[in-house]
Amino acid sequence: MAGIVSYGAYIPFNRLPRAEISKVWGGPHLPGEKAVAGFDEDAVTMAVAAAIDCVKGINCEDINGVYFASTSSPYLEKQVSALIAQVLNLKKDVWTMDFAGSLRCGTNALKAAMDAVKGGSAENILVCASDVRPACAKGDKEMNFGDGAASFLISNKDVSVEVENTYTRFNELMDVWRSDQDPYVRSWEDVFIYAKGYTAVVSSTVLAALKKVKLEPSDFSRVALYSPNARQLGAVARKVGFSPEVQIRDVLHLSVGNTGTAMAMMALIAALEEVEGNERLLFASYGDGCDVFIMKTTDKIRDIKNRRGIKEHLASKKTMSSYSQYLTWRKQLETEPPRRVPLEGPSASALLRDNKSGLAFYGVKCLKCGTPQYPPQRVCLNCGSKDQFEDYCFANKIGKVTAFSHDMLGATLDPPITGATIDFEGGGRIKLDMTDRVPEEVKVGIDVEMTFRKLRYVNGIYDYWWKCRPIRSSM
Amino acid sequence: MGSIRDRVAIVGMGCTQFGNNWDMSANDMIVNAAFEALEDAGIEIKDIDAAWFSSFFCPPGLTGQSLAKALKLPFLPVTRVENACASGTDALRNASYAVASGIYDTVLVLGVEKLKDNGLQGLPDAEMWLNMWGSHDSTYRCTTASGPAQFAQMASSYFSKYGIEAEHGKRILATLEASNHHNGSLTPKAQFRNEVSVEKIMNAPIIAAPLGLFDCCGVSDGAAAAIIVPADKAKEFRSDPIFIKALQIAVGPCDGLMNPGYDYAHVEETGRAAKAAYKEAGITEPRKEISIANVHDCFSITQLVTMEDLQFSPRGKAGEDVMSGFFSLGGGLPVNTDGGLKCFGHPIGASGIRMMYETYKQLQGKADKRQVDNASVGLTHNLGGIPGSASVSVGIVSRELG
Repeated sequence: MAGIVSYGAYIPFNRLPRAEISKVWGGPHLPGEKAVAGFDEDAVTMAVAAAIDCVKGINCEDINGVYFASTSSPYLEKQVSALIAQVLNLKKDVWTMDFAGSLRCGTNALKAAMDAVKGGSAENILVCASDVRPACAKGDKEMNFGDGAASFLISNKDVSVEVENTYTRFNELMDVWRSDQDPYVRSWEDVFIYAKGYTAVVSSTVLAALKKVKLEPSDFSRVALYSPNARQLGAVARKVGFSPEVQIRDVLHLSVGNTGTAMAMMALIAALEEVEGNERLLFASYGDGCDVFIMKTTDKIRDIKNRRGIKEHLASKKTMSSYSQYLTWRKQLETEPPRRVPLEGPSASALLRDNKSGLAFYGVKCLKCGTPQYPPQRVCLNCGSKDQFEDYCFANKIGKVTAFSHDMLGATLDPPITGATIDFEGGGRIKLDMTDRVPEEVKVGIDVEMTFRKLRYVNGIYDYWWKCRPIRSSM
Repeated sequence: MGSIRDRVAIVGMGCTQFGNNWDMSANDMIVNAAFEALEDAGIEIKDIDAAWFSSFFCPPGLTGQSLAKALKLPFLPVTRVENACASGTDALRNASYAVASGIYDTVLVLGVEKLKDNGLQGLPDAEMWLNMWGSHDSTYRCTTASGPAQFAQMASSYFSKYGIEAEHGKRILATLEASNHHNGSLTPKAQFRNEVSVEKIMNAPIIAAPLGLFDCCGVSDGAAAAIIVPADKAKEFRSDPIFIKALQIAVGPCDGLMNPGYDYAHVEETGRAAKAAYKEAGITEPRKEISIANVHDCFSITQLVTMEDLQFSPRGKAGEDVMSGFFSLGGGLPVNTDGGLKCFGHPIGASGIRMMYETYKQLQGKADKRQVDNASVGLTHNLGGIPGSASVSVGIVSRELG
């Protein structure tokens, strides 16, 4: 039966306590904190991070497709799934598709992936959902939204979670939207959007799905739902008859926020981290309608290990210094540019030549002397051999800091720029920026891992590359 | 392989005021430096056979025409040289080779930079370097940290390698810069001519940790010039010419940025250029034989490791020599007698020739309040690039032939 083989998630390192927002604007605030994409993160980099978490232990050469789902893709016209396929160095003939336009596009992508593997057009599909939704300062959406990503590998065999049934209802309604001219997400008045939108539609669709498959709410050990906020999640639970404490156990609203397209999938991963084999789950999204998935775990669920998923990512965090830091990162607060040379735009032809080295982070290893080197060289830096190399990936390697500096001069939205010289386990050295770090904790000799990030945006081009960061762990 | 030793001499030099030369264009500075050098050598434009011109980004325009236009050189061969901060010394090297070859008898070397017309802080070159350090040319996939941060990284690994506690490391660097400021205070053409205390240097705002404001050299406008002639004709121009003993340059293959074997606590290119220069000049004990050295202190840490790379101090021990005053004006081997890049200033393409200007004046006994007694052999050193990937030049000159 078709279903989920593997899962992975991503929650940004940075968290903004919601009290920081009301400190500036006054008024009440929601409890807890929100996860905030770093100044060098966006829906693409977070999707890559979740995908990397998902494919741990899986040979990327065996992947047949990548679907990317988001309402906040950095490009209106340009496919992100192709970019992700290049970053993961997938085969050239994988299916790449972007899903957009609704918070339901994540489950739309999952449904399409299910159909593809069932129909036989692909053996498996990697689905990534990610959102950094723009919210206007001082509004309830800013308070409520958080950033995050989730990824599933969908296949027709050897699944950890069988998808037994799916059900859907569409619902044409102006409740939450963003037009091509809107910088921020809009919504109609709350009472209306829940009465005719989320709360009504999700509860009725789930009940209709249950009726169709002849199951009761109590038949599910866990329930993972999209929800705009904790209160409406509770309202849906009451209407359907789910126990918020036992079946839902939401951890996202208090510590991450409403992660949009990724939310239902992140809630599902949080549930999957806690279930055993042969347990039934219900999973539903919302956005211009509702998709419902009825699932059952297999014994293989226990084989999914070493995922950072929701639990580890939640525990590994840094509290942001201020609300103004958040506004600056989001470019919602204009600041005086430093007196430095204006940034140059990358060249499209150079970017093309750099696809494998820059995006997939491949260097080379000398076939004669075994020396790994980055970027790829024509002449070996150690033995001088010409063109005697094999490809060598640095993206999955651990490195050590040999030298570093906290730079106050370079232009960045997150000063200081921590620049570091990294020596890799197995050989090779690369000079990189360090992100998601606490400056005082950076020392010569600490271990770092690689993370895919946005370096600059010039002339309409987002320039992505890799940075290092202290290894994220909940320890 | 041949040698430049004792084959050419410098018989005239000129140097403008360095600093924020708001009232001078590159053209003005070229004219001032060139005519000072010509006058010093007792010659005129018509006596020049060829010219070498060094500039990193100097307007107006590219090629050697900037020099020819300013001086109205009569359709002479002019070669423009760029090797980052080593450009000036590389121009001097190429000009010297041309004279030594017998092709030309009288050659002008001039370096200029006009950095302060762009309204920016720091060098305008950051974006250019990124292409060299990144994943691929023109993708700008590279560390976004500034130039100073690349040198600051060397401080972190140097301190770590030699077990120097952070506070003491800062003090060593501050002591070194206080000495540069003292020397600068005695140098009329220098950009910064003020004494600064060690405490003030240590407590200055951080630029790129652990380097603070006073650990970083000035960004300056300026020009410097030299007249090169065959050694056997030098005395026809003046009684006190300075003879070139060595001019070496080592350009790194970017090894240190890719090879974990590089410890990031020295500059390999300096060591290589110095070794070659000492061999060329016949120097076996640099610490004893060199009277003064004007080295590339783009940052305090650069000056510190350079003392080791030039074999003045054993590895890890340069700090002890700094603290004992060995490199100060009255010490055993005065370094940066005119204040160095830190205080004299650093107009990229002019710096190597400015160092030679100071060395020339010291060896002629014309350095006034900062004169070093019995200065007979002088060394200059430039570093273009960053630790791990640099173009480094070392020049050695003497009052005497043989």
